[in-house]
This record gives sequence, C-alpha cells and structure tokens, in this order.
Amino acid sequence: MTWATREIAGWGRVLRAEAALARPERQRTARALAESAPAPALGRRRSYGDACLAERAMLTERLDRVLSFDPETGTLEAESGVMLGDLAARLAPLGWLPPVMPGTGFATMGGAIAMDVHGKNHHHAGAFAAHVDRLTLATPAGPVEVAPGDPLFALTAGGLGQTGPILKATIRLARVRGDVMMVTERRMADLDAFCDALDASDAPYTVGWIDATATGPALGRGILEEGEVARGLVPPAKRGRTVPLDAPGFALSAPVVRTFNAAYLRRVPARGRTVVRPIADYFFPLDRIHDWNRLYGKCGFHQFQCVVPMDARPALRDMLARIGKAALASPLAVLKRLGPGAGHPMSFPVEGYTLAIDLPARDGADRLLAALNAATAEAGGRVYLAKDSSLTAEQAHAMYPGRAAWAEAVNARDPERAYETALVKRLRLREAA
Amino acid sequence: MSAPQTETWLILGASSAMARAMARALAAEGAGLILAGRDDDDLAALAADCRFRGATRAEAMRWDARDPATIAPLIHRLAQAQGVVSAAVFAGSMPPQAEIDVDPALIAGVAADSFTGPAHVLSRVAPLIEARGAGTIVGVASVAGDRGRVGNYVYGAAKAAFATYLSGLRNRLNRAGGHVVTVKPGFVDTAMTWGLPGMFLVAPPEAVVASILKAVRRRRNVIYTPFFWRYIMVIIRAVPEPIFKKLSI
Ligand SMILES: Cc1cc2nc3c(=O)[nH]c(=O)nc-3n(C[C@H](O)[C@H](O)[C@H](O)COP(=O)(O)OP(=O)(O)OC[C@H]3O[C@@H](n4cnc5c(N)ncnc54)[C@H](O)[C@@H]3O)c2cc1C
Ligand SMILES: NC(=O)c1ccc[n+]([C@@H]2O[C@H](COP(=O)([O-])OP(=O)(O)OC[C@H]3O[C@@H](n4cnc5c(N)ncnc54)[C@H](OP(=O)(O)O)[C@@H]3O)[C@@H](O)[C@H]2O)c1
Repeated sequence: MTWATREIAGWGRVLRAEAALARPERQRTARALAESAPAPALGRRRSYGDACLAERAMLTERLDRVLSFDPETGTLEAESGVMLGDLAARLAPLGWLPPVMPGTGFATMGGAIAMDVHGKNHHHAGAFAAHVDRLTLATPAGPVEVAPGDPLFALTAGGLGQTGPILKATIRLARVRGDVMMVTERRMADLDAFCDALDASDAPYTVGWIDATATGPALGRGILEEGEVARGLVPPAKRGRTVPLDAPGFALSAPVVRTFNAAYLRRVPARGRTVVRPIADYFFPLDRIHDWNRLYGKCGFHQFQCVVPMDARPALRDMLARIGKAALASPLAVLKRLGPGAGHPMSFPVEGYTLAIDLPARDGADRLLAALNAATAEAGGRVYLAKDSSLTAEQAHAMYPGRAAWAEAVNARDPERAYETALVKRLRLREAA
Repeated sequence: MSAPQTETWLILGASSAMARAMARALAAEGAGLILAGRDDDDLAALAADCRFRGATRAEAMRWDARDPATIAPLIHRLAQAQGVVSAAVFAGSMPPQAEIDVDPALIAGVAADSFTGPAHVLSRVAPLIEARGAGTIVGVASVAGDRGRVGNYVYGAAKAAFATYLSGLRNRLNRAGGHVVTVKPGFVDTAMTWGLPGMFLVAPPEAVVASILKAVRRRRNVIYTPFFWRYIMVIIRAVPEPIFKKLSI
C-alpha cells in the first residue's frame, strides 16, 4: 500500500499531526509518487517544531544509499534520505567527513539541504548547501537536475522542501587527518569573555556551551570547545541507549538544572584542558541516547534559536537575563559564531552570534518564547525555522526579507501548494507580500 | 593462521528491504556480493552502496524468477568466485488473495516467484557448495506457510512448499559440509506491509537480518523472527481444523 496513517511529531514533541505517509524504498517509486501525488518530503523529523509536519508527506528514510564515492576527490553522491551520522561513521576512517554536520547525526542529507544546516565550522565552511555540487528534484513533470547558480538552487537551499522532494544530491566532502577529535575546553567567565573568545577562535570547529541558569556577573558563563580532527586510538563510542519512558516532570526542574550546570562547568579545570574524543561523541553528543527528547516528559519542549548581528551583544545579554529569570532553562544551551550567509532567501545562517536553548513546555514557556522572538526581531536578528514553534507570521516575514520573492517563485512552480508543510502554513511563508 | 577468505553471497530478490539490510550487513564484513533481481536501476544503487560500506565486490545481475534463462549467467558468475559461496533468497510475491480468487491464473506466478524460481536457482548452487565442502543457504519462507489462512493461502502454500524444499536441501547439503537456514518472518516493516491494515509487532528489517546472521553463524536450522512468532505459530497450528475453518485471522 502506498499510504499509511501515523501520528508524527516534531523533535520537541509539542507540535503533532496525523499524517498520511508514503515511504518509497526506491528511486523509481519515489519518482512515480512525486508525479502522481505531489507532497512534501520529510527526513528523520529532527526539526523541533512543525517544519517536519504535514497532512500528507513522502518519507525519505528508505532512500538512503550512497550512489558513488570518489576517495581521491572526496565527491559523494547519495540518495537524499542518507543520514549524515552514517556517512561520518563510514567516511572518517577513509579520511573524509561530511562538510557540515549539525548537532545530530540523524539529520538526513535532504533535511540538511532543505534547512541549509550549519555546523561547528560555519565560520570557516559556511552552511551545507555551499558544498552541494548538484541535486535532483522530483517534480510532477519528472526529475530535474539543479546546480548552484541555477535560480532553482537558491530557492531549494534552505527552502523548507517547498521546491519538491530532493531525490539525490552530490556533495564535496571535507578532507580530515584522522578519526578522533582533539578538543580544547576552556571556561568562560561571562558573556563578553565568551563572545571575545568566539571572535578570536580560529579552530576548525568551535562551539560554546552556555550555563543559561547563571545570572548577575556570571551571566553568560560557560565552556568554549575548540576541536580539530586528529589521528589517535580511542575505543569506538558505545551508542544506542534508549529512553524507555517519558521522564517525570521534576527531572529537568530548575534546581536540578542549576546543580547540573554548575557541576558541568567545574568538570573543566580552571586552566582548561585538552581531551581526545571519538568523532561521533564530539559532533553528535546527544545521539548517544536514543529518544533523549523523552527526558523532557510528556509535555515536550521547545528549542529557541536565533542569530543576532555582531554588534548586538547587549540583546544577547537581555535574552540570557530573561531566560535565567524565567527559571525554564535546560542544560542544553549553545552559543556559536556564524560566518557570513550564503544569500539564499530562506537560509538561516547570517553573520553574528547564534544562541540555541531548549525550554521545557511548562507554564511560562510561551511568554518567554514570545519575549525572545520579539527581542531577536528588535536586534535585527532572525529565528531558525528548523527550531521554531512560536513565531508570528509578521515576525517571520520581517526576519527573512527575501521571503516574498521566494514565495512568488516557489508558487509559480507549485501553484496548488502541494508542498506546504505545517510550518509554512502557520507562518504563511508562501503568501504574497 | 591464514588470511580469512572472502565469502561470496548470491542474493535473490535483492531489491527487497530485507535483502538490502542483509547485503549491507554482509558488505560491512567485507563479503563479495552478487545482487540478483529485476529492478536493474535499484540493484545498481544497492551495489554502489555496498561497495561504499566495505564489500570486496558487489555487482548487480538480472534475474527473473519466471525466466529460467536468467539462471545460467548467475551460476557462472558465482562459480568464478574463489572461496566459500553462499546464497540467500528474499524473492517472493503476495498479490491480494481476492485478486487471485478472481483470476486463478495468478497462482502460477506466485508459485514461481516464491518457490519454483528460487528453488531452481538453489538447486544449481547446491553442487558448488558440495564441491567446496562449505557454504550456507538462507531461504526466507514465512509464518504464512505454517497454516493456510483465508487471507493469503496461495502465498502461504508457495511459502510452505519452499520451506519443505529447504528442509530437504538441508539434509542434502549437510552431508557435504553445507548448511541451510530456513527463516520464517512474522510481520516485517517493508514495502510489502506498509499501510496494510491489521499489522502488529512489525519488526525492522535490520533486526530480522541480525537474527538471520546469528542463525547462520550458529548453524540453526529453522528460525522464526522475531523469535516470539515461534510461539504464536505453535498456538495457531494447534487450533483444531473444525474451529480454524471458521476463523478469519
Ligand atoms: C539534537 C539536535 C541538534 C541539532 N543541531 C543542529 C545544528 O547544529 N545546526 C543546524 O543547522 N541544525 C541543527 N538541528 C536541526 C536539524 O539539523 C534540522 O532540523 C534538519 O533539517 C533535520 O533533518 P531531517 O532529515 O530530520 O529533516 P526533517 O526535520 O524531517 O525536515 C526538515 C525540512 O527539510 C525538508 N526536507 C527533508 N528532506 C527533504 C528532501 N529529501 N527533499 C526536500 N525537502 C526535504 C522538510 O520538508 C522540512 O521542511 C539539530 C536538531 C537536533 C535534534
Ligand atoms: N514483509 C513481511 O512482513 C514478510 C513476512 C514474511 C515473509 N516475507 C518475505 O520476505 C521476503 C522479502 O519481502 P519484503 O517484505 O521485503 O517485500 P518486497 O519488497 O515485496 O520483496 C519481494 C522481493 O521479491 C522480488 N521478486 C518478486 N517477484 C520476482 C520475480 N519474478 N523475479 C525476481 N524477483 C522477484 C521482488 O523484486 P522486484 O523488486 O523486482 O519486484 C522483491 O525484491 C519475501 O520473500 C516475502 O515473502 C515478508
């Protein structure tokens, strides 16, 4: 049978939908489906909000094969449902890695292109689509090949799946010298120290963990992690523990998080340290526990992620102060520098500081999110749509100034709006200006 | 110790999701693979993927269970492989029983896809295994073959015939150092079952393959996978016929 009805949810488990899902296993069936019943493609649903929800969709998870790999040039063609973590595991011993890796290895290549995902190396490497040589889009009139420079490419990169299912893509891999990470960890005393250190960092991979429960002079304290791929002998990571149940509400209550964060910070000695980690542990620390999103309990959680311009440190400080005061923070909070954007209208990354934080969906979360969204807009920043569950349409339209022209071009290709996802509808992203 | 020799596996019905998982697991162990089936385009993709994942060799070859002329090239290719040769059968077809009831001519096709076609190939692989004194045959039958049900008794009959064939083949190859594993899956999460009503306890293909490979290593004879289907089928087989004929399971 082609269609199965399932309940699906974003990774944060707050937003859900009942969906009719097709799950082609072969290119041929995917093409036929895209011709007879156009619907958005979904990957592994690692977007937090409703970006990966729709009433009818094509799941790409069984389209997951590597079609060619040239170990000399590092060019790789694969079906769009291949998971980046799978690629990394096989490629690292061969001296290559996916050019950009988000914080979860379960993200698919299709999802990485459609969200133009960024990694810990954005300040050097840019976002994912910058490394795509070519992709194949399914359309009702048959597959089309798209390459950078083609207007359709810019509509597709970060384009939320609105140009139709990506069936396969060819990417250029990054050459690496080994299969472990050398990670230097340093404590950061406060937000200014943190931002200065991020600005100064020239390491290939840089990310900051921030203690979002800290207030007062300690506001913005955390740990800066600078990583480099190296050769070494580290036992393979033991992966794949599962969270069998939804955790009770107190598991991530404010006092528990405060205590955890303080201990986490002290783990790194005051003078800093350098440690060696398996590649997967460094890039995908949370994947070690399957379904860790259940730790937030039945009600689920939100993730807020924004980027603000370099000169908007005060806005960041205000946001952190609000988060600290609301006592809603979780241990998962990240501060990073993003380099210049790629110029694709719906692609998130632009130059600035990006703050990402999980917020349990408890009382007060909606109010806090609204305040953070407004603060981002005011600072001239934008919210990442892969994470969003709470923007208003007006805010989204203002944050992505290329949206109206993008919508017009996308609508011309898909006038029935068959590819709209729940996020695109909620934020009226395809509405005319 | 001598260097471990590459084992070469012929996989029949390699375009199925279960076969894909099997081919990948074997590739990761460095096996040589001959991926046989009708969907050339899909098999070429799988072959490339298996090479990426570590297969010593992986090639796609055309095989149609309804066309005996496609057998000789497969056997020829397999005979060229050095070392141990093995084969796994995933081919099978299950048209809706209602369609078969209307058009009984379909029965021959189901029998060809699920029993006679694969058996014809295996009977040509058997001498290679006998000559080399080693090798495994994995045959995927089905719990549907354990008892004829109103919903799929033609498919079940073909699978029962295949299981009986495998049992005899096991006896034959056992004399020469070879081994045959009969696999009876319950519900597996593949294109065959996606969206079908009444599915429960549906197992991922990777889990089924993990139990198949364990059975190969331990030279098990007949496995149910997931394991609990053995008990479910004990019960289903125990229902007396006068009652069973009135059930609609
Ligand atoms: C723990 C964790 C850490 C994360 N860290 C980061 C990070 O560091 N950086 C970052 O950028 N993101 C990060 N993310 C977000 C994640 O990378 C993105 O949401 C990504 O898009 C998820 O990929 P997916 O395959 O699950 O896609 P889904 O969530 O299923 O889909 C996302 C969007 O892509 C579209 N899409 C998916 N596949 C296709 C296709 N084949 N063709 C066309 N459109 C398609 C969908 O329609 C949808 O609009 C993180 C998420 C998690 C859970
Ligand atoms: N899914 C379950 O719940 C379940 C349960 C018990 C047993 N099984 C058995 O497990 C095996 C794999 O099934 P699946 O679930 O993965 O379904 P599937 O995708 O339908 O696989 C069936 C395979 O048989 C091949 N085949 C059919 N007719 C053929 C022919 N004439 N010549 C060559 N190949 C032919 C198909 O090839 P094409 O691509 O060319 O069609 C396909 O590769 C089958 O034998 C099935 O009966 C499945």
